[in-house]
Amino acid sequence: MDVLKKIPKSITFLLGMTILTGVIYPAAVTLAAQLAFPGKANGSLLVVKGEVRGSTLLAQKFESPRFFQARPSASDYAYVGAGASNLGRVSADLAKAVADRRAAWQARFGAAGGSSAASEDMLYASASGLDPDISLEAALAQAGNVAKARGLSPAAEAALVGEIRGEAKRATGLIGPPRVNVVSLNALLETDPAFGGNGNGG
Amino acid sequence: MKSQDFVEIAIVAFVAIGAAPFLAAYMARVYSGDKHPLRFLAPVEKFFYRITGIDSGQEMDWKKYALSLLAFSSASIVLLFLILVGQGHLPLDSQKLPGMSWHLALNTAISFVTNTNWQAYSGEASLSYFSQAVGLAVQNFLSAAAGMAVAIAVIRGIAAHKANPEGAAPSLGNFWVDMTRTVLYILLPLSIVIALVLVSQGVVQSLSGYVPSLSLEGKQDLIPLGPAASQVAIKHLGTNGGGFFGPNSAFPLENPTPLSNIVEVIAQILIPFAFPLLFGRMVGKKGQGRVVFAVMLVLLVVLVFSAVASERRWGSMEGKETRFGKSDSALFAVLTTITSCGAVDAMHDSFSPLGGMIPMINIMLGEVIFGGVGSGLYGMLALVLITVFIAGLMVGRSPEYLGKKIEAREIQLAMLAIIAPNFLILAFSAVAVSLPVGLMGLSNRGPHGLSEILYAYASGAGNNGSAFGGLSVNTPFYNLTLGADMLIGRFGVIFPMLGAAGSLAAKKLVAPGAGTFKTDTGTFGVLLLSVVVIVAGLTHFPALTLGPILDHFLMTMGATL
Repeated sequence: MDVLKKIPKSITFLLGMTILTGVIYPAAVTLAAQLAFPGKANGSLLVVKGEVRGSTLLAQKFESPRFFQARPSASDYAYVGAGASNLGRVSADLAKAVADRRAAWQARFGAAGGSSAASEDMLYASASGLDPDISLEAALAQAGNVAKARGLSPAAEAALVGEIRGEAKRATGLIGPPRVNVVSLNALLETDPAFGGNGNGG
Repeated sequence: MKSQDFVEIAIVAFVAIGAAPFLAAYMARVYSGDKHPLRFLAPVEKFFYRITGIDSGQEMDWKKYALSLLAFSSASIVLLFLILVGQGHLPLDSQKLPGMSWHLALNTAISFVTNTNWQAYSGEASLSYFSQAVGLAVQNFLSAAAGMAVAIAVIRGIAAHKANPEGAAPSLGNFWVDMTRTVLYILLPLSIVIALVLVSQGVVQSLSGYVPSLSLEGKQDLIPLGPAASQVAIKHLGTNGGGFFGPNSAFPLENPTPLSNIVEVIAQILIPFAFPLLFGRMVGKKGQGRVVFAVMLVLLVVLVFSAVASERRWGSMEGKETRFGKSDSALFAVLTTITSCGAVDAMHDSFSPLGGMIPMINIMLGEVIFGGVGSGLYGMLALVLITVFIAGLMVGRSPEYLGKKIEAREIQLAMLAIIAPNFLILAFSAVAVSLPVGLMGLSNRGPHGLSEILYAYASGAGNNGSAFGGLSVNTPFYNLTLGADMLIGRFGVIFPMLGAAGSLAAKKLVAPGAGTFKTDTGTFGVLLLSVVVIVAGLTHFPALTLGPILDHFLMTMGATL
């Protein structure tokens, strides 16, 4: 068969290309990336007092009232094997999950004088299961509760709200929806004494 | 829509449309061997031919070209299969991951060699850095290059007008040379630039092992790293679409910012936008390329605005990321399915029924609206031949295209190329919904469940690779049927088109007469557009009615299943 005669050339070509695109190329990009953007190439790690406390690009599970909550995660915020619910618009399972989240939000934030209705991003699970951002609306709605749990003075609470608005403005720039990185925000709370942080990160 | 929703669309359109003529001109020089700016790499090209024993002067007719591709793809599938099942014994396996099961490895090997990049696994949980970089990333380059090489060969066949040496079958070029030039002068340089821009935004590129981390609330976990940016760059540029991480471009370490999202979207349409114009250049009639480009662009504009409007009106934030929102997610979904990319930055399964139907339609149209690198153009040329044929029937003249008579053989082959994927979608879906092993994998009930299965086989046959991810597909049944779906969907289009090109290459030019139907006019454009829509529409409308359209009415009635 003609095709069999071409197999040896296919193999040498494949091996040559494997060295070019599978060894030299990724090695060159890795070298350049590690020299030019070491922090970003290595996962944008959140380092507090020399310890890795996550990545600023990956959400964490925040349950304590001292923290801002991240968006719901269908994979329970696992870093490895993260994912989405993949439920469709008419799914009864999705409807139930949303109703439960709405009730939980109401119970936690409804009485605090903040905005009682949960914003859409806090009712629906993200695509990655690790969305590090929440909407500006969702951050502002949680600010009162977090300030209370941390025993912040009204001035410190106002500073916190200012911090959130400033962060949303910076993140958005020209493109993208207004949003706040909830991991960075909570890290700030833990490290800045002005917000009740002790510098130890929890 | 808010003005913000237009910003990304405007940037993407401006860059992709603006770059297309320049890239087309550059690619024309690369493939003809003329002088071009990266010619200083020529010694590398020559060195490569020497060590691999390639005779760069050898000309191939369509059969030799097709057989070289077949031999090369077979060798690629075998090597990739061996890497995936044997990764436990190979280097760079910091997480001590075991080899894949045979059926998953076979599915994955076929998937990456056919430029589909369908994934029944989650990268960071299943694959070592070696498997990703040396196995999958290499095929990201080579399957893309193969699609482009085939398109170039098909164009050469249509353009050929020199008298052939007595008795010799006309040449379509040299497969190995086209592959090498594609990788060296087009894919590699662009990938390096894109990869570094992605790293600057936060896409990881590291060979260190996963990083142990303690969350702010004290929970331990491992942060996955890897040589991601280098692979993500070619994943988009080569319209491959296979994510380095499980959630693909929704994963923040694979697509961290709105800017990285724009870069990824532009990368996946850059080469497809250039191809119709390259076609015009290579046949020596730029207007012929422009009319094909215009038809594609009109369809694209309609699809983007329909999808964005559907998601804004009926969509939710389920399966979407805050940094992209609904509009950018819908834009990405359209651009990943008009091309054969299949990367996702939001989960199509959770889109509104109509918002999710548009990506499905894009794939069912045969991914000819710009389409995959190379594959979009040769797919569209099949439809062009059919259009010319229909126009010939309407005016009662024997059809011609670019001075070549279109006869029974070309039409049969073009029809085969069009019918093959469509037949696969419907036949495999029918089998899957009739068998318990097919229904077992569903995560949604009712019409949405049918949509999940239809989408899977459409994605495989169209070599797209995106999914309605709720379907659990890592089973022997799905791995094997989707493997066959991808293989036939790829080569069932390539071989007929190479055959048609070979047949056209052998034809004498006929001078255009008063009755010649012009193919660089608006009339032809409208006719071509109608053929594209009608072919897919007639084939798939019944199934779409039972899936997404019924799903839509259930949603508007407020039903839950």
